[in-house]
Amino acid sequence: MSNLALKELLYKMADDLLVFGHRNSEWTGFGPLLEEDIAFSSMAQDKIGQSQALYQLLHQLGEQEPDTVAFTRNANQFHNCTLVELPNREYDFSLVRHFLFDTADALRWQMLMQCSYTPLAQLAAKVRGELRYHTLHANTWIKQLGSATEESIGRLQQSLNELAPYALGMFERSPYEDQLMADKIFEGEKALEARWQQAIEKTLAQTQLTLPDWKIQTPHVGGRVGQHTEHLQPLLDEMSEVFRIDPGAEW
Amino acid sequence: MLDSGKSIGPLNAELLSWLEEVKDPEIPVLSLVDMGVITQAEVDGSVARVEMTPTFVGCPALEIMKQEVEQVITRHGFTPEVTVSFREPWSSDKMTEKGKAALKKFGLAPPPASAQVFHDLEILESATCPRCNGTNTELKNPFGPTLCRAIYYCHTCHEAFEQFKPV
Repeated sequence: MSNLALKELLYKMADDLLVFGHRNSEWTGFGPLLEEDIAFSSMAQDKIGQSQALYQLLHQLGEQEPDTVAFTRNANQFHNCTLVELPNREYDFSLVRHFLFDTADALRWQMLMQCSYTPLAQLAAKVRGELRYHTLHANTWIKQLGSATEESIGRLQQSLNELAPYALGMFERSPYEDQLMADKIFEGEKALEARWQQAIEKTLAQTQLTLPDWKIQTPHVGGRVGQHTEHLQPLLDEMSEVFRIDPGAEW
Repeated sequence: MLDSGKSIGPLNAELLSWLEEVKDPEIPVLSLVDMGVITQAEVDGSVARVEMTPTFVGCPALEIMKQEVEQVITRHGFTPEVTVSFREPWSSDKMTEKGKAALKKFGLAPPPASAQVFHDLEILESATCPRCNGTNTELKNPFGPTLCRAIYYCHTCHEAFEQFKPV
């Protein structure tokens, strides 16, 4: 089994969850309803916890401590997709991103339950139950607001159109796709993308939203190899601000 | 007591009885044993080895509970070796009947069987009110004040209540 291929997979998943968790946490105190404030804050805590568990697996494979990995790298050393680093805008934007990302994330973990690397398969079995609540939350609101008023439908549609190319960037192919498949670690980004499209289509069919034409989209790739938008570094600066004051502090 | 048939590791009864005194800091009526997060407890000479698994991966109380387990073991004169593992992932089905009764008394609806949740998410739509046992209840938010709780409203006694989430 190649550690490089496995590490690349773990890093991109962990970085997605850390960065997306941070964006979710930015809704704390700002949600449009108290319930949504709590929901995004809870999901943030889940995501960051899951990222920590993945960094812990990386640590066991010889990488540095989870806190060091999370708080001391620069943007070009992060492997998250660009979808998760985009700044929050209005609620519709975050809701659509949550729907697009969590649908893929839940499917990814589900596929990893069969992973030949046992610690990851075990973690996947655990995370799966938690993610049910995230996808339930996303689907409930997309269905409700996607069939509600002209304004809600219009807002979701615009966010969906804007985010579609970034969402496709989630499935940027790894240089190790064949190896991951051969080693039975992961079925690959292509298989995940196909399942994700089906799941997205199934939910959107229950709304008045129009599916973006995937074929004409240019996926926003680069995130997996450290090429990010200008929005990631400021996020990392803010996230690591306290840690960097005294990296050796005991909490 | 913990159903040892569900656990893959050995569970030393005496060691478990010591761990009864360690409670979830967010739900102080529920011991770690009743919560079902102890997946291994064995005594090997002077070493007491405990394996724990978190209820939710991001549970912030885990580290405190781990420290308390270490303190209890040390107090009994053994050397603690406490590890956290996902070898045997936690699900709400691991909670003992005693634990569920303690939750209800505390004012938290105990989790229904998780197999039903995965089969049909509609089960989340209602819960039994821990105060009046009313079933005319409404899910207000699948997320609550801690990662493991959801918020409901009871139309019978007109009070909000929380449920320990099935996972």
